[in-house]
Amino acid sequence: MNPISALIAGLLFGWGLIGSGMTNPSKVLGFLDLAGAWDPSLAFVMGGALPVAALAFRVARQRSKSILGNPIALPTSTRIDRRLVAGALTFGAGWGLAGFCPGPALASLAYGGAKPAVFCIAMLAGMALFEVVERARASVPAQPSPERAGRH
Amino acid sequence: MTIDWLHFTPWASLSGGIVIGLASALLLLFNGRIAGISGIVGALLRPQRGDISWRLAFVAGLVISPLVFALVAQLPSLQIDAGYPTLVIAGLLVGVGTRYGAGCTSGHGICGLARRSPRSIAATIAFMCAGFVTVYIVRHLAR
Repeated sequence: MNPISALIAGLLFGWGLIGSGMTNPSKVLGFLDLAGAWDPSLAFVMGGALPVAALAFRVARQRSKSILGNPIALPTSTRIDRRLVAGALTFGAGWGLAGFCPGPALASLAYGGAKPAVFCIAMLAGMALFEVVERARASVPAQPSPERAGRH
Repeated sequence: MTIDWLHFTPWASLSGGIVIGLASALLLLFNGRIAGISGIVGALLRPQRGDISWRLAFVAGLVISPLVFALVAQLPSLQIDAGYPTLVIAGLLVGVGTRYGAGCTSGHGICGLARRSPRSIAATIAFMCAGFVTVYIVRHLAR
């Protein structure tokens, strides 16, 4: 799949994160601090990004393939389960602790000193932990349910 | 609630947001992929043939973006108050949480909301609330 357009997209994405103030954890925490001196700026980031992205998804829906001929891969699941909500709550807690989410942490690696690097390494370790647990879970055969395992 | 007018940057944040939207549009319309950072990075830990180069290229673009930004404008200053132990705990929570929650601020908060995915709406509400509560506890209850 074309890496050039992906590189430009990543570059542009990082540019937007830096320009918008998202790479500055103290600004992110200022947005999350409703009870303190609240900085509403980051709501404007969403306000700027959402209409543009929504337009792109509208265009994408009318196409069977991307401009470069790749299939357009959109998630199809609509199930809101415990896994999704628990994961999002966990993520939000980590976000609120340090003021970093994945994109801004990566975009500040090259100019933020050691702290973004430490955060990114821990984040990758967390993602690796998920892989290890999920792989271990997949390799264990499903336990028989109590009814079926009942002795006669 | 009081507004922090001193740090309020509506225009910079709005225009930065538009650039983020354009980047998501580019990746979607050219590569057919959703610009969700945690998903793009996380799937590199279970690499699949033919699905690696675009992910690496996107992450590389993200990482070098401040160097390109600095050629044109002055990089905004960063203030990271969290100490190293907090950064490690926060990083682990973000890593595990975004993988189980199948997305982060970009994949759910921007792309997911833009396509009105019910899962992303639920996830965005959940992580925003957790963020608000965590900051409230750390800044107003724990001290």
